[in-house]
Amino acid sequence: MEKTLINLTINNIPVSVQKGSTILDAAHKINMHIPTLCYHPDLKVAGNCRVCVVEVAGTKELITACSTAVTEGMIVTTNSYKVRTARKTIVELLLSEHNADCTKCYRNGNCELQWLASEYRIGDHVYHDLVKEEEKQPDSTSLCIIKDDSKCVRCQRCVRTCSDLQDVGTFSVINKGKKQKVSTFYGKPLKDVFCIDCGQCTSRCPTAALTEKPLYEEVWDALADTGKHVVIATTPAVRVAIGEELGFEYNKHSDSKIIAALRLLGFDSVVDSGYFHDIYIVELCTEFMLKMKQDNENAAKTILPYITSCSPGWVEFVSTKCPEIKPLLSQCKSPRLIFGSLIKTYYADKKALNPKDIITVSVTPCTAAKNESTQSMTGIADVDFSITTRELVRMIRQSGIDIQRLDAEDYEPLMCEHSGASVLTEVSGGTTEAVIRTLSELVTGNELDPKMLKIMPLRSEHGIKETVLTFSEVRTGWEFLKDQEIRFAAVNGSRHAMDFFKQLKENQKHYHFAEVMICQGGCIGGGGQPIPVSAELIKARASILYSLDEICGQQKAHENARLNAIYREFLTKTELKENQKILYY
Amino acid sequence: MDAGLKGRGNVGFPTGMKWKFAKREESAEKYVICNANESETGTFKDREILERVPRKVLSGMAICGYCTGAKKGIIYLRYEYAYLKEQLQNELNIFHEHIKKFNLDFAIEIFLGGGSYVSGEESALIESMEGKRAEPRNKPPYPVISGLYGLPTVVNNVETFATAQVICAIGAEEFLKLGTVYSPGSKLFSISGDTIKPGIHELELGTTIEEVVNEFGDKNTKSVQVGGASGFCIPHRLFAETVIGYEGLTTGGSMIFFNNTRSMYKVLHEYLRFFAEESCGLCTPCRIGTQQLLLGIEAIKRGDRPAGYMDVLKKLALNMKTSAKCGLGQSVANPFISILENFKEEILY
Repeated sequence: MEKTLINLTINNIPVSVQKGSTILDAAHKINMHIPTLCYHPDLKVAGNCRVCVVEVAGTKELITACSTAVTEGMIVTTNSYKVRTARKTIVELLLSEHNADCTKCYRNGNCELQWLASEYRIGDHVYHDLVKEEEKQPDSTSLCIIKDDSKCVRCQRCVRTCSDLQDVGTFSVINKGKKQKVSTFYGKPLKDVFCIDCGQCTSRCPTAALTEKPLYEEVWDALADTGKHVVIATTPAVRVAIGEELGFEYNKHSDSKIIAALRLLGFDSVVDSGYFHDIYIVELCTEFMLKMKQDNENAAKTILPYITSCSPGWVEFVSTKCPEIKPLLSQCKSPRLIFGSLIKTYYADKKALNPKDIITVSVTPCTAAKNESTQSMTGIADVDFSITTRELVRMIRQSGIDIQRLDAEDYEPLMCEHSGASVLTEVSGGTTEAVIRTLSELVTGNELDPKMLKIMPLRSEHGIKETVLTFSEVRTGWEFLKDQEIRFAAVNGSRHAMDFFKQLKENQKHYHFAEVMICQGGCIGGGGQPIPVSAELIKARASILYSLDEICGQQKAHENARLNAIYREFLTKTELKENQKILYY
Repeated sequence: MDAGLKGRGNVGFPTGMKWKFAKREESAEKYVICNANESETGTFKDREILERVPRKVLSGMAICGYCTGAKKGIIYLRYEYAYLKEQLQNELNIFHEHIKKFNLDFAIEIFLGGGSYVSGEESALIESMEGKRAEPRNKPPYPVISGLYGLPTVVNNVETFATAQVICAIGAEEFLKLGTVYSPGSKLFSISGDTIKPGIHELELGTTIEEVVNEFGDKNTKSVQVGGASGFCIPHRLFAETVIGYEGLTTGGSMIFFNNTRSMYKVLHEYLRFFAEESCGLCTPCRIGTQQLLLGIEAIKRGDRPAGYMDVLKKLALNMKTSAKCGLGQSVANPFISILENFKEEILY
């Protein structure tokens, strides 16, 4: 790490920053605002939009603050006449290329171009309108993401997000000059190209060129239908992030106030998503143990590692990029789908409701979850509507609720408890930790060493995180695991998935269990989370989840007392085949 | 260095300094790239050099390699010049044989470009060689520090290398006998348009436009576009005072003559159309600015916008000059403002 300090002045204010810093970094240090558009803290610097141009003494042309490294004695001016007119011109130009129909826009009020326009521009359009008629028809073929080229400002954040951050590469720049645009492969509709629907582009697009496909209007319709019983579950990652947009800081009372808000919105029943996460962990663990047993019995061909499939989009990623490992994926349904299928079976049964009259709404940080549709044993969809954190925020805003002022309420008693482990499943490495907690007790029959409640290697920000487990004591039937190394891996973001796959393919590494999250940081960094996003925010959300785990009375999924009831009364009683349909694909 | 040679492309950066910067970089591998993506409108001198005296260019590259410590040379040949490839390759074979005698470790290969105008910009040229879209990079760092595959790279024009060879052959003193203090030596010019002697001519730097027009014009010369689409338009009244050279008009050598029968509106329109097509589209000022200038003059001509809209466009062009990412967007203002200011009536009516 270079420690040399560079001295410069910005608008006559002296500032010292580390060598290698940009002018933009230096300006941040002294709270001098330089507007940006194509710049994003998570992405490689592009220098395309030219909005951040500044004047540097000794240079004829203006230079971009985002891409230029500071030099000793540099004299920077960020608000000269030359800078201001250039910036204003650039904003005017961008608006001429943009379908600036703001009042109708999905991102109205949360659009970076709109903010720039309000800062730099008053008056009518100066230039000719360049928006092409054919671009005004958005591509809404995908179930998760809408692409509206008429709103695109060519900042290429989506291109960089998709290629560099996610290693997917759905978008690239095509043509040059006036025909230049961001396109899918051969301009095909989104549904026909390789896209894992992670939505990371939608949370980094400065405008509404890429957005999630909203379903909240449909949810409103369901709420208004008195014949429908609408059940909602929100995941912890949603609850810890919701305040970022609604303007409050998450604390231990927030959950119960959010429950009250959901009831105010008109939901008939609010259930604890953690309850389903716990079932998921128990099932995942069971399937994993069976796989290990099968693997042991069949020495000829390994069926490990056992790879999680709960991150929607991961299955799509595997199908296209590394189909060889598809047979290794877990068959266990994701917690969202378990929620849906249990509501329409067990819950319907208990409440004496016709499953056809129940609408299940799942709120997750995930845009890809919108794509996940399977059928429960009743022949109807498990989850009717999957909405993102941002859409829920919109619903709360529309109803004028101030969450902070609400009185605390509790979850529906039938499905109300969760373990600390369930909370962890939404942070990268957390599912692995949760599985280790349950697995250890199931295999050894002894209580878990409290030290194992915090596995630090799994909490790092690395791309591929690893840990090894060995059991010196085992229960009957599991002798083959005695003193054997069980190796776990957690892949943090699809960017590292191919490295992981390469390791598997070249037999460099042998794992027993692997968790893959397609979004950096796990669900907390999902593409449906509040805008803006940054690595720092994701870190903050993760630390809240870790503390929620610690304050939870029971930290292991199988300790959730409510699970006993459902397993005893329902899951073990239903025919095995039907049980499979409820919890497995 | 002593000869004070300046780049024979459109920019005119001192060649010796560029080589010195590259020499200073410590790297086991360095590159010398010959920019033969000759796409500026009205210029064809590089093609002739490569066709007639390729050995001068190859030797110039080898000299550069010797000076900077580079062992690899690459000729970035414009796609439209693909027909030259075979002939050049034969020359390269002879050259590689010949260079062994000097015990110099330097090999040259040919890279065929994709045919875009902006590839002539050195960092876009390098991006295109790396297999990416030909789009300019953020500078600094300049290619001499971090060029092809992040290695120190000298990119020079075809003529620059040829001239470097000539200087080495005749000596700096002889070279300095021609030209001025700021613009030493002579240079090749591609003369076209309404001229009695179209073709490539070698002229001493420091010559005035008037002298050139007297020699080549058809007696009716209204204006001369110096430096191609990205250069300046010199009207008749400025012929005498305009000097060709780095103290006056820096040029890559394109000189297009327009006589009284030509409409300067059409000339400007054609240039803007060219820019709107050839902008890589990466940066806002260039991508949108070029389109707006084109639509702007069309609207004024049609009468859809008032004459005063010219000032808006002029301001736009000036802002493009200060804020565009590379030379392409920055230089659109050159023809635009010089034509607009000198031939306002032709644009308006």
